[in-house]
Amino acid sequence: MSELLQFLFSGLTVGAVYALVALGFTIIYNASDVVNFAQGEFVMLGGMMTVFAYAAGLPLPLAALIAIVATAGVGVALNKLAIEPARGAPVVSLIIITIGASIFLRGVAQVLFGKQIHRFPSFSGDTPFRIGGATILPQSLWVIAGGLTVFVALYLFFTKTLTGKAVLATSNNRLAAQLVGINTNWVMTLSFALSAAIGALAGVLITPITNTSYDVGIALALKGFAAAMLGGMGNPKGALVGGLLLGVLEALTAGYLSSQYKDAAAFVIILLVLFIMPQGLFGIKQTERV
Amino acid sequence: MRLSNKSATLLVLAALIALTPIFFPSSFYYRVGSLIFINGLAVTGMVILIGYAGQISLGHAGFAGIGAYSCALMPVHWGIPVLLAAVLGAIISALLAFLVGRPILRLKGYYLGVATLGFGILVYMALTNEAWLTGGPDGTQVPDSGLRDAAKAIGINLKNSEFWYWFCGVVLMIGAWLALNLYVSPTGRALRALHGSEIAARTVGVDVARYKLQAFVISAVYASAAGSLVALQNQFVTPDIAGYMHSIEWVTMTVLGGAGSVLGAIFGAGILTLLPQVLTMFAEYEQLLLGLIMMLVMIFMRDGLLPSVLRLIRGKDE
Repeated sequence: MSELLQFLFSGLTVGAVYALVALGFTIIYNASDVVNFAQGEFVMLGGMMTVFAYAAGLPLPLAALIAIVATAGVGVALNKLAIEPARGAPVVSLIIITIGASIFLRGVAQVLFGKQIHRFPSFSGDTPFRIGGATILPQSLWVIAGGLTVFVALYLFFTKTLTGKAVLATSNNRLAAQLVGINTNWVMTLSFALSAAIGALAGVLITPITNTSYDVGIALALKGFAAAMLGGMGNPKGALVGGLLLGVLEALTAGYLSSQYKDAAAFVIILLVLFIMPQGLFGIKQTERV
Repeated sequence: MRLSNKSATLLVLAALIALTPIFFPSSFYYRVGSLIFINGLAVTGMVILIGYAGQISLGHAGFAGIGAYSCALMPVHWGIPVLLAAVLGAIISALLAFLVGRPILRLKGYYLGVATLGFGILVYMALTNEAWLTGGPDGTQVPDSGLRDAAKAIGINLKNSEFWYWFCGVVLMIGAWLALNLYVSPTGRALRALHGSEIAARTVGVDVARYKLQAFVISAVYASAAGSLVALQNQFVTPDIAGYMHSIEWVTMTVLGGAGSVLGAIFGAGILTLLPQVLTMFAEYEQLLLGLIMMLVMIFMRDGLLPSVLRLIRGKDE
């Protein structure tokens, strides 16, 4: 029993990071129909910039804040310099642009930060808590709490604020949103900033546990993408559930079956879910207008 | 006289393959050339899937892995000749694509993307983890195919890299010829129709599921053949050939060059195979520049390199 609990704890920790990446995907997808494959690089940048700001002598919270704001700036730049100029291009071309952006950001990080593995200390020490015979790191609690907080904040933002509703309106129908006076360009900018900031936050939270290096982004982007699809693309609830589910599935497979095949199990489940529910767990069935 | 699109493409391709070696300063360039042809063969298959049928796959390197490992394992374990193993690999890839494709191709857009990605990763993991069979992550030897000796026997005596340049070039020509024939065939028309609108295609009597599956199986055979060629040339394979980066690379080449045309995609394969070789002289700036070039091309030439360049040459009259 304690073994199961242990696997659940580690699964939820990783899953919370997947969920944050998936939420980032969801926000940009809703605003622009683009799956942003540079999402994983935001996570890398968040962790990396914190490492270097902290090493420069700044207190950790300030270093983290600077990293998150700077990454949000990178997100805005990506939108302004690469996505907006290509407005109207086929979606698959836009995706290749984000893949290019991901390679580019990785290249920049490699030049600026080097190829070494970096880390900074945990927020509240490394003494694990004991719960029901299993242990959990304080940092894991930070990660899980971070994931849930972001989800709740996003939920409130999208349902209770005018700006949030403007984003939803834009994702529903860009032209109609423009007609009722919503500045859709600004909504796009906001979405990229928000998405990049959430990615960076995930990077800040997880780096004390997993460390970081210039190339951690690719794997995270793929897992986050898979999590978003598992939940149903474009649905924040789906992103959260998909992310946590993917993390737990991986941890259980690694624990009970084979650690080598943990990635495989996750994808087998995704394939099965998609066969039964082609729109993901929470996706809405879309009808094609003719 | 105006050449048909098909003959023009084949002529340009043949001329490029035949004439470029004049400018090769060393035999290393033959090797890069054969790499381009192998990638070109794989993306020709991707054109059938992406450009004709409008479907996406992020897992086609999985089929390349099957093609490559067939050449490595079948001769050792069952004593099958290497070339026959390559053919069997293509048949296995086709069967697998048929079985996997049926349920997967019901999915659309990004869902299809993630399902094919999952398929590719499963193949990659099996090749990496079943070390008793595949040799694991370090890879395994591939027996000599005897092709070069056969060429010697009929009087064609070439250096290794030169031989594979010409051999892969000929295979690419055959692959391109078949793909171009497919484009104007009834199947090709059906594929283009369902690309335009599945519902419209269905209303005029196109069996959408069947044709999608055909495109998927055909492109899988192309990928498998490309994988076999890599194995035959290098006489060594590692699981990386089935890695998802490889799949994404092929999609990128196809779209970057111009997914709608065979020549465009092969052009994209050429550019993206050459770029890393050229950029190595920028050492640590290699990735940065590669990403930058990809973004700039797609921003300013959204239909892909070749169609945009052609439009520039012909003026705006089209």
